[in-house]
Amino acid sequence: MNDAKRIRVLLAKPGLDGHDQGAKVVVRAMMDAGFEVIYTGLRQTPEQVARIATEEDVDVIALSSLAGSHLPFCRKLKPLLEASGLADKLWMIGGNLPAQDHAALRELGFKGIFPTGSKLDAITAYIRENVQ
Amino acid sequence: MNDRASSGMVKAIHNESGIEVKPLYTAEDVEASGGLAMLCEPGEYPFTRGIHRLMYRKQPWTMRQYAGFGNPRETNQRFKYLIANGQTGLNVAFDLPTQIGLDSDDPLAEGEIGRVGMSIDTLRDFEVAFDGIDLNKITVSLTINGAAAILIAMYLAMAEKRGYDIRQLRGTAQNDILKEFIGRGTWIFPVQPSIRLVGDTIEYCAKVAPKYSPVSVCGYHIRESGATPAQEMAYAFCIAKAYADEVIARGLSVDEFAGRLSYNFNIFGNIFEQVAKFRAGRSLWARIMKEQYHAQEPGSMWLRMIAGGGGGGLTFEQPEVNIVRGAYYALISALSGAQTMALCSYDEAYTIPTEYSARISLRTMQLLVEEMGLTETVDPLGGSFYVETMTNQMRAKMEEVMAETDAEGGIVKLVSEGIVQSRVSAQAYRMQRDIDAGVFRKVGVNCYRNEAEEDHPVEFHPYNEDDAALQIEGLNRVRAERDAAQVKAALARVRSDAQAGRNVMPALMEAVKAYASVGEMTHELVGVFGRYREPVRF
Repeated sequence: MNDAKRIRVLLAKPGLDGHDQGAKVVVRAMMDAGFEVIYTGLRQTPEQVARIATEEDVDVIALSSLAGSHLPFCRKLKPLLEASGLADKLWMIGGNLPAQDHAALRELGFKGIFPTGSKLDAITAYIRENVQ
Repeated sequence: MNDRASSGMVKAIHNESGIEVKPLYTAEDVEASGGLAMLCEPGEYPFTRGIHRLMYRKQPWTMRQYAGFGNPRETNQRFKYLIANGQTGLNVAFDLPTQIGLDSDDPLAEGEIGRVGMSIDTLRDFEVAFDGIDLNKITVSLTINGAAAILIAMYLAMAEKRGYDIRQLRGTAQNDILKEFIGRGTWIFPVQPSIRLVGDTIEYCAKVAPKYSPVSVCGYHIRESGATPAQEMAYAFCIAKAYADEVIARGLSVDEFAGRLSYNFNIFGNIFEQVAKFRAGRSLWARIMKEQYHAQEPGSMWLRMIAGGGGGGLTFEQPEVNIVRGAYYALISALSGAQTMALCSYDEAYTIPTEYSARISLRTMQLLVEEMGLTETVDPLGGSFYVETMTNQMRAKMEEVMAETDAEGGIVKLVSEGIVQSRVSAQAYRMQRDIDAGVFRKVGVNCYRNEAEEDHPVEFHPYNEDDAALQIEGLNRVRAERDAAQVKAALARVRSDAQAGRNVMPALMEAVKAYASVGEMTHELVGVFGRYREPVRF
């Protein structure tokens, strides 16, 4: 990682879920870790997430989902990210993610999975270690 | 004596609201904090000890667990299950498409139908959801905000259709849009028209359904978003004042509507800070209504509230321990004189509560009534040096927050610009840092963890993909059966009344009765009001 370039993270709130306390806390942790963070606000469609990720040229695409629709959302997002040439970026997801869904999320390309209870430093350390 | 209590022998402790907690309180502390001037008999102004003279001795609190999922038929079954188990009110959860005014066949609703609450498209769904439930015996609270005007109209229309006299109908809608901009996020329209819609519902209910509570102002979600207990109540009061000002500007007198304003507050954290918060809040709200709004009726000064165990206190780790947390929260609520109680269930950090976990929450509240003596005596902690001192200090803290908010331009401005959001979010961040560092202790999270074993799994509420298809089928059936010309005319009236600045509730009533859908009515209003754009500020 070149010191001159700061890690750029897109943090998106997918779907209709309005729980943004955690997302905003994670944004602050990422900013304190020195990353540049683009926070989308609520109610992003898969198309919007893919478009913003492309336009903002981010290294990390992170979702925060707490209302249970993470799998249908990620299934729609995956082909859009791939079509936008973002397959080599780091895809992450956090929030209310039942353990039985983790394998499916990983299979969809979301390598970083941070369910409720994850520590902020674990999230930022993971990004540092995994952004190429 | 005072000196000995704070002799520097112990480390200073502050509660979440920022008030120092001493190792011992005496009569001198009560005096120094303002004395007992605000302490009258329960049922007497300023109501510190309770809004009614006999409180639970006359009638225990209403037990109203939050419930709703899938389609209206499934939710109707859960309602009946809860009622059969002794629940005395209903608190309806809607799915996200309903909450933000989308029909089930909207592309944006895909994957979200019936997931976090029941899906409602038209009056037909309400008829199914409340089938067989006596609306005079069981009061219903609708947790709806962005689309509240529509769902209130739907509820009143459903009751009317079933033969109830809506002048006598009781019930509550959450309908607190300002807090949705701070936390929870089910907004639709921009801030100003949103406040106008709240005004429309209050004005309409005051005239047509005077026993219905059209607004339940929520400190609850502001607290979940990171506010301290003192801020929770102070911001809620600022918001309630904004709604009151809106209605008074239309020419209503305060006593025409204030008696039906209600509140929703959160409980977790320090027991005594919480009890003091409610006692302080009761007297502060009474004073605001009397001195600032010149209310004459005692009912206009009452802080009527649902206060229950908040999700923010519960943990993902060792979920069964949440049963015990919930019991303490229920105890706090009872010690605080809440009118209605609800508890987040122990599995709620994971999933929609199962029948089993919802029943445990209900039994937790019933234990306090039947076994623990919590209904026998009013304000049992009244007179405690600690609680009275803290009550005075919490009241002063809330007044401080309210004065600051007003000095900065008022709650509507601060919410519109995202300033309150940014402030509470910064606090939530500091709190999470303190939890991560083990400074702010959470059992099972940063101390007493079960390192050796996996946490007990909870039973996940199943999400049935077929429900969505059924719901859409039902909507299409209603669309085919209804009188299209009547719907079209009713929707046109919704739009023209919104455009002309008339109260939209009569037009919404007409549209709802014609079986117009939530999405169709929302579409008309968006056409006039536009959509909210979220300010992002860190």
